[in-house]
Amino acid sequence: MSGELKKEQVLAIIKNKGNAKEKLLSILLAIQEASGWNYVDKEWAKLVATELEIPLTKVYDVLTFYAMFSTEPRGKYVIEICKSAPCHVAKADSAVQMFTEELGIKMGETTANNLFTLQYTSCFGACDLAPVVKIGEKVYGHLTREKVAEIIKTYREGSRCLK
Amino acid sequence: MSKIMPLISANCGKISPASVEDYVRAGGFSGLQKALKMPPTQIINEVKKAKLRGRGGAGYPAGSKWQQLYEIKHFPKYIVCNADEGEPGTFKDKLLLEKDPLRVIEGMTIAGYVFNAHDGYIYIRGEYAALQDDFQAAIDSAVRAGYLGDKILGTDYSYHLHIMTGAGAYVCGENSAMLNSIEGKVGRPRVKPPHLAEVGLFQQPTLVNNVESFANIPTIMQIGGEKYLSYGTVDSGGTKLICLSGNVANPGVYEVPFGLTLRDLIYDEELGGGPSGQKKIKFFHLGGQSGPCGFLSQLDTPYCYQALRDKGLSVGSGAIVVMDESVCVIDYLKAVTEFFIHESCGKCTPCREGNKQIYALLDKFAQGTASKEDYALLQRLSTLLAKASFCGLGQAAATALSTCLKNLQAEFDAHIEGRCPAGVCFTKQESGEQ
Repeated sequence: MSGELKKEQVLAIIKNKGNAKEKLLSILLAIQEASGWNYVDKEWAKLVATELEIPLTKVYDVLTFYAMFSTEPRGKYVIEICKSAPCHVAKADSAVQMFTEELGIKMGETTANNLFTLQYTSCFGACDLAPVVKIGEKVYGHLTREKVAEIIKTYREGSRCLK
Repeated sequence: MSKIMPLISANCGKISPASVEDYVRAGGFSGLQKALKMPPTQIINEVKKAKLRGRGGAGYPAGSKWQQLYEIKHFPKYIVCNADEGEPGTFKDKLLLEKDPLRVIEGMTIAGYVFNAHDGYIYIRGEYAALQDDFQAAIDSAVRAGYLGDKILGTDYSYHLHIMTGAGAYVCGENSAMLNSIEGKVGRPRVKPPHLAEVGLFQQPTLVNNVESFANIPTIMQIGGEKYLSYGTVDSGGTKLICLSGNVANPGVYEVPFGLTLRDLIYDEELGGGPSGQKKIKFFHLGGQSGPCGFLSQLDTPYCYQALRDKGLSVGSGAIVVMDESVCVIDYLKAVTEFFIHESCGKCTPCREGNKQIYALLDKFAQGTASKEDYALLQRLSTLLAKASFCGLGQAAATALSTCLKNLQAEFDAHIEGRCPAGVCFTKQESGEQ
């Protein structure tokens, strides 16, 4: 999988952010975004460690501590469902059910075509629209079955257009 | 008279967020202009007179915090804005960052001038990545217009702002954990003392305030501390951005003067507007997941720091999550506890293990297998977490639980007897992973 993102691209990200130690989080987030599969490959983590002159264990400490990172490939689109208390009260459970049924996968799983990963997220401050999901930086609220079907359809079609 | 008081949110939605021109036309940067002509001690005095208390959740008096840092004669000093708004049910900092970033920048710049700091950092949570670029655009336009950067407004004072990103960790809202995160490390809290005013970011003296706290500074400079105080109550100056969510008719962010009652906030037509559905309100959760729950008998309490405290309640982050009678308190507390299990950094045992034990006990209530002893055990555990946890996260993790144990004991008893008054437990299928 590490072949998807080239070494030069990773080096360019590090150069762009600057190789200071305090840039570690933003570098790793940028690599994850550029990966196409929403994860940070071990090879790139090693490269970051070398460039920032920090031990690889430190890089992994960060990668495994913060919830937004993944060290395993995920779907092209990560659908993050909020289950914090305000969303829980607004029946986040049924939103979970709608997505799992629509995609035919369980929470934490990725669809067979690697297009979608379903996972929980912590609150991202859209409680007035509860229940909510986030896909990339886009937020969808007041979820209904029709809306969920529409969202999935849009992303499926969008990815077809890209091909 | 309107109960809404747009003192710091007046520009939100009315100006183009990154436009210095718009902001100045709306009176922006006049606080900074004024501050640059004042001696730092006088600025601190205004903040003290304003009785501005930290809007992140802890409610520490901002003036005292500023005074403590001012007295430390060690440089460089750093200014840090905590924009790691992670308390579920809180989305007011997002409003300010998104709709009026220049106000936050102005507040941070005034603070920078007070402490002769040359670098300020704003730590924006990873979940708010979408607004980081826009905030950078606001910084850039402030620099271009001479309100930020080298030799601000023709003075000898230079100050630069840097955006740092989080990557998903609630504990980073704790200031010392946040500083570790800014340094590119894992965000585990530090041992205190030394306090951050002495040993903060990059081991230097540091001021950390919340987004909303900084957003109040330009207003305090413009109208003066005394006038600002007069909008609120004797102990809680000014206004507060509250975030209403849950089973309430009008969810959203509202700016209100301190001193309105909880009943006003939740039921007034202009504000919460009462329950969203047909059911009556049962309880509400104040100040985020780490805050206490409030009950109907407490509705006439004025919303301000001291009065809430006297009733065992708190302002916290400003979140008010409203629950109606369709919500089972056990089910709700399970969701709260699940959150803390996920967010515990694992450093100390009471928080790491205690939350898991609380969840297991609550689950017994939900399954109908709990006994009186389990109720007592929950009481003991909630005290233990509050007293023995290392940082604020663990200390506050069982706050909601302890307030509900006390005020909704009948509902716990009902579950022991095999009844769920809200009709949620015993029938519900567990939905997947924990």
